[in-house]
Amino acid sequence: MDTEITVQVDGVPRRLTVDTRSTLLDVLRERLAVTSVKKGCDHGQCGACTVLSGGRRVLSCLVLAVTQDGAQVVTAEGLASLAAADDGQLGDDLHPMQRAFIDCDAFQCGYCTPGQVVSAVGMLDEFARGWPSAVTGGTGAPRLDHAEVAERMSGNLCRCGAYVNIVSAVHQAAEASSAQRTAGTESAG
Amino acid sequence: MKPFDYRSPADAAEAVRSVAGDPTAVFLGGGTNLVDHLKLGVVEPGHVVGVADLLSAEIEELGEGGLRIGAGVSNSELAADPRVRERFPMLSQALLSGASAQLRNMATVGGNPLQRTRCVYFQDVTTPCNKREPGSGCSALGGWTRNHAILGASEHCIAVHPSDMAVAMAALKARVRVLGPDGDRTIAFVDLHRLPGDTPERDTVLEHGELITAIDLPAQPIARRSAYRKVRDRASYAFALVSVAAALDVADGVVVDARIAFGGVAHAPWRAYRAEEALRGSAAAESSYRAAADAELADARPAEGLDGGNAFKIPLLRRTLTAVLRDLAREDR
Repeated sequence: MDTEITVQVDGVPRRLTVDTRSTLLDVLRERLAVTSVKKGCDHGQCGACTVLSGGRRVLSCLVLAVTQDGAQVVTAEGLASLAAADDGQLGDDLHPMQRAFIDCDAFQCGYCTPGQVVSAVGMLDEFARGWPSAVTGGTGAPRLDHAEVAERMSGNLCRCGAYVNIVSAVHQAAEASSAQRTAGTESAG
Repeated sequence: MKPFDYRSPADAAEAVRSVAGDPTAVFLGGGTNLVDHLKLGVVEPGHVVGVADLLSAEIEELGEGGLRIGAGVSNSELAADPRVRERFPMLSQALLSGASAQLRNMATVGGNPLQRTRCVYFQDVTTPCNKREPGSGCSALGGWTRNHAILGASEHCIAVHPSDMAVAMAALKARVRVLGPDGDRTIAFVDLHRLPGDTPERDTVLEHGELITAIDLPAQPIARRSAYRKVRDRASYAFALVSVAAALDVADGVVVDARIAFGGVAHAPWRAYRAEEALRGSAAAESSYRAAADAELADARPAEGLDGGNAFKIPLLRRTLTAVLRDLAREDR
């Protein structure tokens, strides 16, 4: 059964008619050709399909597209500069998290990478809000040590085993964004 | 997936009418479990009624330190709430030990207790399962039982309830506010889930069309000294083999009161009333904690299975409870 929805994807409003059974993941990939969003397990177990919806990281394989009418969705592609978005073209400037993944060689086969990058961006925002994780003790603000990054990124699986460099990349991006905040400029991410 | 109609009503009352009047209709909250079941063919609704956006997403003060949590609050928001972290640490810890950050962002407080067992036979529609298809048999009996029940199971079903949040809610004497076609009612959280008996297809006491609108946490000073510990096959992002939610009140080296619930071991969050009774008035000491565990586990019945069964859960749970109580007793107030 078909329903019409409007979703803003990476800054661009997209109006389309979807089968009520469609997931956001399938609509992004099959209808809108946003193929950076990967279908891994398709059952919420691997994190390869992670996108931001309303600024929060979610699993697009477990989101029915009909529930996203009016939502703002950001994928790994949309993290790159949207400076040239007037004509619908993405810019060339990489997000600090994408730059950090390259600098730290934080991918092997690359299949999980878009989900990892989006998840890491969402994670730093959660961290900046003071949200705790399972390894945060007490009631104080968490510190972004190795254990915190590993726990907070545990929803994204990497079968190649590139976790070590992913943690380094997250740290580099976190330092870059906190340096930016200190300098008084708007934080990317 | 079979075709279904999707509706997003204007308010909770309309959503309840919509589902109550249609046996093939289901509520959709965060979708983390239901959408998976739609894909697997575990459920095949004719109508899906979205409710996530029309339920309260507020956490309100109930007076004297109690909280009312709207059913639309996400697991992430609830776990991060400073009042929850300070007054009910076991609840925050339970939430954070469940699933992944992405799933916690999606999952709602109203939907979390209604998620269904992760028993592999329940999720595999090619195998018999009394919970999915009453009367078809239980494939878990004598099958893969590592993740199954040791308490309160029946010959019809040995599945366990998967929620971590629910274990803490049961220990905290939470109350579930429900809207149904005949109006509101409130259920003690500990009475929400059922043991399987001969009707394992019913997870809870809710009737078709009843919608959880909020969960109330009554004020309780004992909860400030509380913890949730989860034991699983990997460090994160896995369901519990066993888990313990506990709160402890100790004065002059003696246990004044305790609240204990177990996860991963029964069809429902398991309130350990016998352990609590054994602890009251006992010395805050290792021997008391072990005795309390033994009192509760006296009726534990492990399942045999192709994988060697799950008898390991009994000593594992005994050690986990003992460790949690030891840590709580040691905490400075």
